[in-house]
Amino acid sequence: MAAVTDTLAAAPPAAAADTAPEMAVMSVVVIGHVDHGKSTVVGRLLHDTDVLPHGKIEQVRRNCERSGKPFEYAFLIDALQDEQAQGITIDAARVFFRSDRRRYIIIDAPGHIEFLKNMISGAARAEAAILVIDAQEGVRENSRRHGYMAAMLGIRQLVVAVNKMDLVDYDQATFAAIHEEYAAFLREIEVQPRAFIPVSGRHGDNLAAPSPRTPWYAGAPLLQQMDAFDSAGPATSQALRLPVQDVYKFPVRGDDARIVAGTVASGSVRVGDAVEFLPSRKRARVRGIEGFNLPPQQEAAAGGATGITLSEELYVRPGEVMYRVGERAPRVGTTFRCNLFWLGRNPLVRGKRYRLKLATTRVAVHVKEIVQVLDASSLESRGAGPGRSAGGGAREVPAHVGRHDVAECVLETHKPIAFDLGLGADLVATGRFVLVDEYEIAGGGIITEYLSGLRDSLREHVKQRDFAWVRGSITQQERIERFGQRARLVVLTGPERRPLQEVARGLEGELFHAGRSAYYLGLTNLARGLDADMTEAADGDAAITTAGDDRGEHVRRLGEVAHILCEAGQIVITTVADLDTYEAETLRILGQPHDMLVIRTGADRHGVNADLALPSETPVAEAVAAVCRLLREREVLLEYYL
Amino acid sequence: MTALQRLEAQSVYILREAYREFPRLCMLWSIGKDSTVLLWLTRKAFFGEVPFPLVHIDTSFKIPEMIAYRDRLVRDWRLNLIYGENRAALDARQTFPAGALSRIACCKALKTDALVNTLSGAWPRYRFDHEQDRYVKDANTEPYTGVIVGARADEEGSRSKERYFSPRDQHSDWDIGDQPPELWNQFKTDFAPGTHVRVHPLLDWTELNIWEYIAAEEIPVVPLYFDHGDGTRYRSLGCYPCTKPVASTAANVTEIVEELRTGQFSHIAERAGREQDKEGDGTLETLRREGYM
Repeated sequence: MAAVTDTLAAAPPAAAADTAPEMAVMSVVVIGHVDHGKSTVVGRLLHDTDVLPHGKIEQVRRNCERSGKPFEYAFLIDALQDEQAQGITIDAARVFFRSDRRRYIIIDAPGHIEFLKNMISGAARAEAAILVIDAQEGVRENSRRHGYMAAMLGIRQLVVAVNKMDLVDYDQATFAAIHEEYAAFLREIEVQPRAFIPVSGRHGDNLAAPSPRTPWYAGAPLLQQMDAFDSAGPATSQALRLPVQDVYKFPVRGDDARIVAGTVASGSVRVGDAVEFLPSRKRARVRGIEGFNLPPQQEAAAGGATGITLSEELYVRPGEVMYRVGERAPRVGTTFRCNLFWLGRNPLVRGKRYRLKLATTRVAVHVKEIVQVLDASSLESRGAGPGRSAGGGAREVPAHVGRHDVAECVLETHKPIAFDLGLGADLVATGRFVLVDEYEIAGGGIITEYLSGLRDSLREHVKQRDFAWVRGSITQQERIERFGQRARLVVLTGPERRPLQEVARGLEGELFHAGRSAYYLGLTNLARGLDADMTEAADGDAAITTAGDDRGEHVRRLGEVAHILCEAGQIVITTVADLDTYEAETLRILGQPHDMLVIRTGADRHGVNADLALPSETPVAEAVAAVCRLLREREVLLEYYL
Repeated sequence: MTALQRLEAQSVYILREAYREFPRLCMLWSIGKDSTVLLWLTRKAFFGEVPFPLVHIDTSFKIPEMIAYRDRLVRDWRLNLIYGENRAALDARQTFPAGALSRIACCKALKTDALVNTLSGAWPRYRFDHEQDRYVKDANTEPYTGVIVGARADEEGSRSKERYFSPRDQHSDWDIGDQPPELWNQFKTDFAPGTHVRVHPLLDWTELNIWEYIAAEEIPVVPLYFDHGDGTRYRSLGCYPCTKPVASTAANVTEIVEELRTGQFSHIAERAGREQDKEGDGTLETLRREGYM
């Protein structure tokens, strides 16, 4: 670090801070139906534990007097002007307070259905939940929906506070009835509550201290139940998962080591460990654990935002997952079953392209199948979509998932990704995802089952395509005889785009002037024409050369166009910088029954099997001659027909 | 992991996410303790580098020690610093108290308007040129699409409801009733042209956490935070007409941590010395809806 000079206030020795007992922090979310008194419970808890700034209560009381509203403890939390005017919570607030045991961040979530996405944003950060039910109103729609969502978001510790006991004269039977009804619901969704507590937010009963007004309640007050929540802590004992967030190369450091940066999601990794990145399957050893203003590190463990250097230079992409060789590996695939919830204004529909974000992966995705749609507040299946026969026996699945519904679906990503199953307590970070519709996060889900069939969809597509293919009157054999060549896709690849294009043009000219039938398929032409509907198409041929979400779709379309040109008997020449094995396989499958040749110039970053590898900076004429030799060797160019 | 290490790791994750997603990214540096911790966390995230510009809004009413400290760190750490200002308001003396403006109107002119127009590139930006050792007018007028800000949820009500990644429309307005969902460390990183995103890596930090971290990492802070013998110090820094020191004899970081944990300030709001907060209700919320940090 830079030296701290004398005119700056150098921080004095930190001895006192280091020896002071560090208190753990826990995030707890407060959820439940609108108007059941969540903010009042939190406000009263703050008041009773004496953590409010002096004058805060008086200030809120003065504001209430001025605007002619009765004082509510909720106004301590509902700070927004609109919230106070309407008397509801709109967005989740973070409230800080401490008990004797630890510090808390209380997340006060809104109960109105309109703000479910805000409730989810709050609850997703929490390790435990307090679900508030109004004793007078009883269990309502969002009491159940919030309980269901909390379980889905992975919260395993839940306390139910039956609030407004003052309004039912602290009646034990009322409490018992709610207890019974809601416990039955929780059993259905397999949630074990820690406790049911009768409370009054307005009067403070059973919040910070036991209440004399509920002598029939023998359990602990809310604060004591909160202190009994367990803090999970980082999952250091699980298998290593390090989702690659970015790869840095900063010149100022004075070395050119590439640093693979990311937060360890689970497990740990030490210098010298053999590691593999998925889905690329690249392997290396860990050379160093990097940090700033830290003593040299030997290990990085779950929870740590770290950076590692490797024993050899690998071209690893953000979104890959690093694991330790010998430990359980993540799955690699494109198709999985999941449970998801939907928040989008537009429904989730089958077949439409969305963007999936899972740990640090971003990839295009579509819904392959909607298995079941559920109303989370009643646990009832949604009715059938349009097209169900009247009085039909088997229940049909709706064609879409509506706002605030939950569903079981099968998703298919447009490129393989590394992931885990998100059920259970381990490896959750790589087992859950969000879906982006247009520019907004519109849903989230948990992967429940790995479905193999890495390329099943594509192979099935090609089978059906070829089955339905309308053939002309000319056979392939006739074309081979006419053109003196077999149709072929020739893909030029390498780290840089421009030299590839020069070779492609040179090869097209050489073949054409030798009387062959060859066509250079420029990617700009595809991007500007066929791909004009895609967001990245405006960037021209840069679209396919960047590693964006849409690259897979560009490659698919390229494969289909190349296939048609091959059907027409052509030698099709194209360039794809940084072609990886998956993309090569896509082109190969789509091109069937025609074969494909891969020519690589320069370094191999992705392990693609090249039919011909040329050193970088091979002169264009030499490269063209080498490709022509290969075409003769492989009997693409047929000498005896000339 | 300790609580501080968890906070640090989460902030680093957010900073790296912002750097990955936003090609035109900057960080606001007010010179105060929070944004200086943010600067330190940036060096943590990027292994000593600060790979984006720092933007400082100069109201010309900052306490002079703050500017001296700013330029000192800029030289020592070779930071890419840009400042912007509301030259027109300053030249016309449309300020508090000289121009008979209210404190709030002055904040809006010198901070909000200056910030919004500096971020958009509409008003001149001045960049510190390390070769010439002085500020020069910056040729780059491209708008920033990602802006990292050191706001904390425990500071006041509207900040307690913020997102880590918070979108602003083309007028820098904040739609507080309709914020994007944020879960499982996935943030709003896709956005329509013309909008930008405020990034808040310090939301979960409290004032006490900030000082504990400054102590643990030995981060240099501006000396105004310490009592130099007259029994007063600043707890929150701003413009001198609107910022009052508090009575305190805490003379170093350790004493400040102790004071916040158990002492007189454990029950006094941090911004109690900031006079503009006292003009009417929801003032800071109104300012923030319009683009204030």
